[in-house]
Amino acid sequence: MGGKNMAAVTYSANPVEVFVTSREETATSVAGKNAVFSVRDLNLWYGEDHALKNINLELKENEITAIIGPSGCGKSTFIKTLNRMVELIPSVRIGGNILYRGKDILAKSYKVEDLRTRVGMVFQKPNPFPKSIYENIAYGPKIHGIRNKKILDEIVEKSLRGAAIWDEVKERLHENAYGLSGGQQQRLCIARCLAIEPDVILMDEPTSALDPISTLKVEELVQELKKDFSIVIVTHNMQQAARISDKTAFFLSGEVIEFDRTKKIFSSPADKRTEDYITGRFG
Amino acid sequence: MVGREKFQRALNELENKLIELGTFADRALKNSIEALEMKDTGRAIAILEKDREANRLHEEINDFAIMLIATQAPVAIDLRRIITGIKMADNIERIADFAVNIARSTIRIGQEEHIGILMQVKKMYEITSEMLKMALSAYHDEDTQKAKKILEMDDKVDALYDQTVWDLFEFRQQTPQGTMQIIQLLLVCRYLERAADHVTNIAEHIIFLVKGKRYSLNN
Repeated sequence: MGGKNMAAVTYSANPVEVFVTSREETATSVAGKNAVFSVRDLNLWYGEDHALKNINLELKENEITAIIGPSGCGKSTFIKTLNRMVELIPSVRIGGNILYRGKDILAKSYKVEDLRTRVGMVFQKPNPFPKSIYENIAYGPKIHGIRNKKILDEIVEKSLRGAAIWDEVKERLHENAYGLSGGQQQRLCIARCLAIEPDVILMDEPTSALDPISTLKVEELVQELKKDFSIVIVTHNMQQAARISDKTAFFLSGEVIEFDRTKKIFSSPADKRTEDYITGRFG
Repeated sequence: MVGREKFQRALNELENKLIELGTFADRALKNSIEALEMKDTGRAIAILEKDREANRLHEEINDFAIMLIATQAPVAIDLRRIITGIKMADNIERIADFAVNIARSTIRIGQEEHIGILMQVKKMYEITSEMLKMALSAYHDEDTQKAKKILEMDDKVDALYDQTVWDLFEFRQQTPQGTMQIIQLLLVCRYLERAADHVTNIAEHIIFLVKGKRYSLNN
């Protein structure tokens, strides 16, 4: 068995076939106070390509953490590691620990289904199911065994209200979700994510396909949601990161160059590379 | 470094405008002291008339800075550079106003025989002018050492001011009939002392620009 920091995991495309060479189920080190995710010495390779290098980050409860960096810097890879979606890509190898609420999600015994119930994700392009608005929201709870119509109705309303779209769709719950605008579809996807009552919401460029007004609505929503959830958001929009996040991590070539309070990053960053990136000198 | 050449050119333009305003204020101060020394009321009136130029430049800098903030979404050093530009312009414009005030005093003194403190006034002006030049150069070079040097120079201006106030007080006792001129010269000294304080403010803004932290040099 190797040392805990050097543990290497090999995943195949099928999660059932996950092959773990060495991993302790729970890391011995204690997660920081209120830390939702504690990432320790995370390394990730796509074949020979070293995509994430010695990442160490603490993501705190009820905070919005923005991940910024130029294309190909590893920010999407990083966020997809937090719900283990990254293992759907063949030839991925991961080293290090990711503690979610103190437990290592990369451990052999950690069930990915449990993880994804706790860690929801919203993608760049709205991806509603080709079903009614109601069914989009009720789908997850139904999978988790909820059949009672009254309870499902409540979940649908609560989730749509939580995603600030209830008033716009309450009269048309049984219409196809594809009839909604792009901005509404994205908020529907956020509502769908809320329906399973996750702990953390990962957002991979959630507004890059939206118009400015829809973008501002989603941004306001994200700030509302942080009262109840912890949010990690990947964004190419520098102003968005500055507007909505509490902390910002700047990724470059697979490394975290700087991780600090957003206010600090956007007023006087410590690293010249961060400054050059956020002021638009490269990237 | 690549990218944002147009924005970089705009930031350079902002700097050029600030240097232009700073040079204008320095020249106005020089003219005002020379006019005082030579009892040249014509030249003093010209200073009053030319002040419009300082106001125009000041507004131009503010409008330009607002336009850059609105259109370029500046952050970090870029944002500090623009904010520093706005604050520097305010301080420099005020210094130009002091030159106007000195010119007014010159007009009021008119052709009266000067009481003997002009050397001290000139000395205060020389240090203040040197401070202003140094501030403009510190801004251009982003040089915090020069900015800190300005503090030491301001101490000299303050000491000269205190001394001159006492001297004027003495003159007042010896020559009560010269009260009007003494008041005007007291004001001139006060204007110069305040001008030097405004240069100190500029020096603080330059340190903020470079370091991203605030320093108070007046304490």
